Amino acid sequence: MTLRDFINKLLGRQPASATTAKQRLQLVLAHDRSDLNPELLEQMRREILEVVSRYVEIDLEEGDVSLETEDRVTALVANLPIRRTKAVPEEADPVVTAGQA
Amino acid sequence: MRTAVLDADFGLRNLDLLLGLENRIVYTAQEVLAGNCRLEQALVKHKLEPNLALLPAGNPRMLEWLKPEDMQTIVGMLRESFDIVLIDCPAGIEDGFKNAAGAAEEAIVITTPEVSAVRDADRVIGLLNTRGIQPIQLVLNRVRPKMMASQEMLAVDDVTDILALPLLGLVLEDEQVIVSTNRGEPLTLNGSNSPAAQAYTNIARRICGEDVPLIDPAKARRGLRAKIGRLMQTKIF
Repeated sequence: MTLRDFINKLLGRQPASATTAKQRLQLVLAHDRSDLNPELLEQMRREILEVVSRYVEIDLEEGDVSLETEDRVTALVANLPIRRTKAVPEEADPVVTAGQA
Repeated sequence: MRTAVLDADFGLRNLDLLLGLENRIVYTAQEVLAGNCRLEQALVKHKLEPNLALLPAGNPRMLEWLKPEDMQTIVGMLRESFDIVLIDCPAGIEDGFKNAAGAAEEAIVITTPEVSAVRDADRVIGLLNTRGIQPIQLVLNRVRPKMMASQEMLAVDDVTDILALPLLGLVLEDEQVIVSTNRGEPLTLNGSNSPAAQAYTNIARRICGEDVPLIDPAKARRGLRAKIGRLMQTKIF
């Protein structure tokens, strides 16, 4: 964040358009470069969460899997807050169980 | 340096018009490929710069049969008598691009600091990368220093960061470009010293291996307003 963005935020103004342009570009390019459509990405996200939740209890509401790009390298970034580890990993079959504490 | 420019935009050819050579075309790349004339007959030498020659694009109907191998043939002929062969690639990523890229060893990607142009450039760079074309350099065109200073245009660093390419040159938005193309006199040859002319000359010198420093126009502006503008661009977190 630049000083201008900070002042704009303080005054409740929109950020300078170049900042918005850069953020929008980075997001759209991450998807362009990976060549994954949103549907596939969503499916992948679900499956990743499913696998991880076999081993640890994760907060599915907070869980986030997204694509990020830096220096022409696109990375899959998963941010999965762990509630607690499971003593015994569940077998492959069970479906993700959301919202159980 | 003997330089040839090859207009690879067969569909919408314009390089002849921009260089002011449209009245002197007799043969084109089409006749050269068909063997109907020698390369020297098709080449149009520039009246102001004897080391510069244009090989005009042929008929748009050539697109029906033209292959990357044909472009390689033409470029192969050109490189025998020229030090530098510039291929003017058509816009887009379809056949015209594939033909032009098929004959290129390295690439210069020209884009403007606008979202759609940067996105398209990224696509092109990706395709050039998969073809193993190296090095790829970037020219940022139609830069408006004032807008950059007030952060209403993507900064030079933003574009080079996003595209991850080394910068070969920066060309400022310049009315003289339109004036010179109206007349068909290249800006670098008609004695003009406008900002774009300087930028073109610097780019040419860098291509020839000279070390010409790049100056970010948004950072080079003087005066109190420019200073405040720079202060406002300070990254705070």
